[in-house]
Amino acid sequence: MSQNLVLFVALAVVVVVSAVGVIATRHVMRSALSLVVNFFTLGILYLGMNLHLIGIGQILVYTGLIMMLFLFCILLLNLGAPQMLYERSPIKVWAAVLVSGALIVIVLSQVFLPMTGAIETTAPDDYGRVRTVGNWLFNKWVYGFEISSVLLLVGIVGSILVAKRRG
Amino acid sequence: MSDTNLTPAPIDWMALLPIIGVTATGVIAMIIEMIRPRQTNNAIVWCCLIGLGVSAYFVLANWSRPAEETFGGLFMNDRFGQVTQLLLIGVAFITVLFSEGYLREKRVPFGEYYPLVLWSTVGGMIMVATRDLLILFLGLEVLSIALYVLAGLKSGEKRSQEAALKYFLLGAFASGFMLYGIALIYGATGTTHVTGIGELYALRETLVDRYPFNVLYAGIGMVTVGFAFKAALVPFHMWTPDVYHGAPTSVTGFMAAGSKIAAFAALIRFLDGAMDLSSVWLPVLTVLAVLTMFLGNLVALVQRDAKRILAYSSIAHAGYLLVAVIAYSKAQGMFDVEIGYGTVIYYLLAYGAMTLGSFAVLSLTARGGREGTLLEDFHGLWRRAPFPAAMMLIFMASLAGVPLTGGFVGKLLIFKDAIAVDMLWLALVLAVNSVISVFYYLRIVLAIVVREPDLHPTRFAAVNPGLFAACGICGFLLIWIAVAVDPFMKWISPPEQHAIELRESPPESSVE
Repeated sequence: MSQNLVLFVALAVVVVVSAVGVIATRHVMRSALSLVVNFFTLGILYLGMNLHLIGIGQILVYTGLIMMLFLFCILLLNLGAPQMLYERSPIKVWAAVLVSGALIVIVLSQVFLPMTGAIETTAPDDYGRVRTVGNWLFNKWVYGFEISSVLLLVGIVGSILVAKRRG
Repeated sequence: MSDTNLTPAPIDWMALLPIIGVTATGVIAMIIEMIRPRQTNNAIVWCCLIGLGVSAYFVLANWSRPAEETFGGLFMNDRFGQVTQLLLIGVAFITVLFSEGYLREKRVPFGEYYPLVLWSTVGGMIMVATRDLLILFLGLEVLSIALYVLAGLKSGEKRSQEAALKYFLLGAFASGFMLYGIALIYGATGTTHVTGIGELYALRETLVDRYPFNVLYAGIGMVTVGFAFKAALVPFHMWTPDVYHGAPTSVTGFMAAGSKIAAFAALIRFLDGAMDLSSVWLPVLTVLAVLTMFLGNLVALVQRDAKRILAYSSIAHAGYLLVAVIAYSKAQGMFDVEIGYGTVIYYLLAYGAMTLGSFAVLSLTARGGREGTLLEDFHGLWRRAPFPAAMMLIFMASLAGVPLTGGFVGKLLIFKDAIAVDMLWLALVLAVNSVISVFYYLRIVLAIVVREPDLHPTRFAAVNPGLFAACGICGFLLIWIAVAVDPFMKWISPPEQHAIELRESPPESSVE
């Protein structure tokens, strides 16, 4: 057993356990926090697979932004009481089973097809690396990069203005 | 490290200067807002006016340069872009001129208003000076996000809040459509540059037969939806009346003029590149144009609110502009007809001047935090403020298309173009609509000039020098471009055209 495999198995166990934790705990806050752990560990796994940009993006966007929105919504809607989450209508339950079953089929097809060799998964060597993306960003697309900084400036000033005028 | 092949792209600072100038002016205005004494915005206004003037000078400094794309095809520096950038700067200039008095009367004393107007202009300037769909999208977002905030500036007023929210939600949706369309186009062609898309489509016969052109069509359709939303074309106009009505009047003027100039210029850029695809989008645009003209004019007839009338009128004018765009694009595919973008630019200038001017006059009803925009509220404006009322007559005459105004000449040019490309019926639809529109413009004129104030006369705001100047500039422009059509058209037409004419003339003389 190589060191890499040990590391991978350890991380994979954390991912799976936290994923189960998301749906197994009865408290909404706990499942949200398990989701944080899940996202974070997934990000580390991506980094281990040399997918630097996706790994960083996973941690920044999912763990940082999306989870914050999640927690914010939970706090805002006061979903602390778990009985609110029980679904009573049988049609909805069956619809949920159907949709999640379809989702599982889609995900599994993406997982198993590469294993059987039906899809080639290797990307070009420098594809999606931080250095490649950075090179593009600061050479060809530097104009767009700068425009997005103006866009952020407008967003910041605008949101402050929207918040300020209430006072 | 050895494998860092970081070769910075050459930056064409000169071509970028106008955009940098307006952005930096916005930043400086923001700083002044932070350190100013709380009572007055005058320093910000002056800073903005000077900054816009300097930026306009930068545009003119680029004027004689040959058309070229810099930044690896992300920035297009040509006469069309320069003229539209100049138009946008002018719109921002006039908006800033008449805003201060209005905002003070309306009790919206926010200094942040001016930087946001400037940055919104920057978004438009980015949009018109690129052929790359991604940059276009970024510019569109800069333009729109500033406008969302500006539309909801008056916090105590439900209408303003509603306008902001409606504009934001629908605008975000339209942006989503556009971005998805761009993604589909990229998926189908592998490029976001319109020239590349056109070139690839021109090669369609030689490509493998399973090429996903349906995806490309879907993408173009979705991008068209995005454009149609921004330009307020029927059936994507639903937001226009409410947003124009609810937003502060100065913002409405800026929105109606600036946003439309940017959207139409960008549309022309997009269609220019994808010229080979004209059989796909030309019929769609024609239907949109007819619908837009009829709906805008017919619904405007029954409105009682001056701001709403002008909102529907701006929808109708978007339809006229679309006719000009269609004629221009169709002529590109025909060998015997040559139509430049001059008509579109001319009409955009006329439309911008008359719309912005009339909203400036409408802003006079704001006083002491209240504002009435019903037609009755304008009774007696003629006596109270003769000069703006007189200018309003010019704007209305121009909007309706009365001879000797820019609006008339603009419509005439569009009419001529449409006939030149064998679309007489479309030209006739335009003419019929033009006649319909006279009725509601006449109602505004009647309200201002003829009707006497009734029991509760409106207390109009005092005419401040800024508003005086804004009305004067718009009125003068409308008359001037009607008188000096040819010099103006020559001034805005691309310099290469003359060069080609010069080059082609010697062989002709030798044949004779």
